[in-house]
Amino acid sequence: MRPGRRVFLRVAGSAAVASAAAVALGCAASGIRRRRLGMAIDVRKCVAADGCRSCIDACHRAHNVPAIPDVRHEVKWIWKEPFERALAVEDADTITAALRGRSVTVFCNHCDNPPCVRVCPTQATWARDDGVVTVDAHRCIGCRYCVAACPYGSRSFNWVDPQPFVPSPLSPYPARTRGVVEKCNLCEERLAVGQLPACVEACPEHAMVFGDLRDPASDIRRLLAERYAIRRRPELGTRPQVYYVI
Amino acid sequence: MRDRGWILGAFAVVLVLVTWPAWRAVASAPPRRPDLPRPAGATACVAPVEFMRASHMTLLVQWRDRVVRDGVRTYVDSDGRVVTMSLSGTCIGACHTDKTKFCDRCHDYAGVTPTCWNCHVVPPAVTVAGGVR
Ligand code: HEC
Ligand code: HEC
Repeated sequence: MRPGRRVFLRVAGSAAVASAAAVALGCAASGIRRRRLGMAIDVRKCVAADGCRSCIDACHRAHNVPAIPDVRHEVKWIWKEPFERALAVEDADTITAALRGRSVTVFCNHCDNPPCVRVCPTQATWARDDGVVTVDAHRCIGCRYCVAACPYGSRSFNWVDPQPFVPSPLSPYPARTRGVVEKCNLCEERLAVGQLPACVEACPEHAMVFGDLRDPASDIRRLLAERYAIRRRPELGTRPQVYYVI
Repeated sequence: MRDRGWILGAFAVVLVLVTWPAWRAVASAPPRRPDLPRPAGATACVAPVEFMRASHMTLLVQWRDRVVRDGVRTYVDSDGRVVTMSLSGTCIGACHTDKTKFCDRCHDYAGVTPTCWNCHVVPPAVTVAGGVR
């Protein structure tokens, strides 16, 4: 006896309902509302403290980032960029006139659509569930595709052995060798033990706000709701998650 | 046929020379096992000694992937203790504080040179990042 069309539809339909229910239940049961971590920088507070390097020093010390004098070999996780270069905005005269000629703090944007991740041939760089774009130094083969793909210059390649240039005393965070790419990891090793990113903690102006962009009650969301914020080169479609409050 | 003695003699000399290292190894005492002091105060590793001896590199690589890829930093060992998965923080910093007398001694003996230490520096001043809780 061949099952009729009616039977087929009934079986197929109930299978579809069951799998949809399983997916819904799975999401509910895991109970995890995924976080989307990001950062907001109050640019006015940041430029007010002209010449301040607290965030850079704290980050570079925490992660054993070398201070290589030769700019061709430079390695940096967070640094200062002239405002016009970092945040080119339309109608700059009316919107950001006060900020021209000043330096702003820049680092990895932990993009929602990260070009570095797309080009990495070994999946050594990837975006975690919470949005942190990170690098697995063990898996990096040093091809530097990601360095070329990142439109923000956020990634540094170790052209020379970095360790002689790491100021002592060393921090517990593993150092790197020649031949791997590195960048800001949003302090995932500190987040894992309930600490804030080192730069946020070190900023004397409290100009850096870190938090969950999916939580409307978070400090970062409240700041972004109140003030006008821009991002670095949004026209590229990378969807950066570091906001500059101007 | 008058040279038979010379030929066989030379053959024997060459044979002995070529197999010399093997004869020497047989004659000398068996290699001494490296002396690997256990860390003072520690009662057990995260797994039985036999397992660690054979498979510590596999376990370390599993730890690495758990921490770096999955963001999980604690491990429950075979005795139910909660351990922070960290090469320089736990294995060296909190337990085998003198790497040279443990890891290095055996690796020298076995002729292996793990490249991990190129990055996982063990600064004497900042060793305890995690440890056995
Ligand atoms: C190119 C540099 C580099 C090399 C070589 C390297 N690591 Fe790592 N390792 C890192 C970095 C960077 C982290 C990330 C640390 C973090 O997120 O806290 C890490 C993390 C780890 C961790 C977890 C966190 C910790 O503190 O230990 C383990 C375990 C680990 N590596 C094991 C190894 C082993 C085993 C080897 C050798 C086979 C090795 N690594 C070689 C750079 C390196
Ligand atoms: C009893 C001897 C012994 C001791 C002690 C020992 N190892 Fe090893 N280890 C070995 C041997 C043998 C190998 C090579 C195994 C192989 O290649 O199959 C090895 C390999 C490794 C590897 C993999 C290397 C690679 O290139 O893939 C790592 C990582 C490692 N050991 C870490 C450690 C650490 C860390 C310690 C100290 C806490 C330690 N070992 C102590 C014998 C030892």
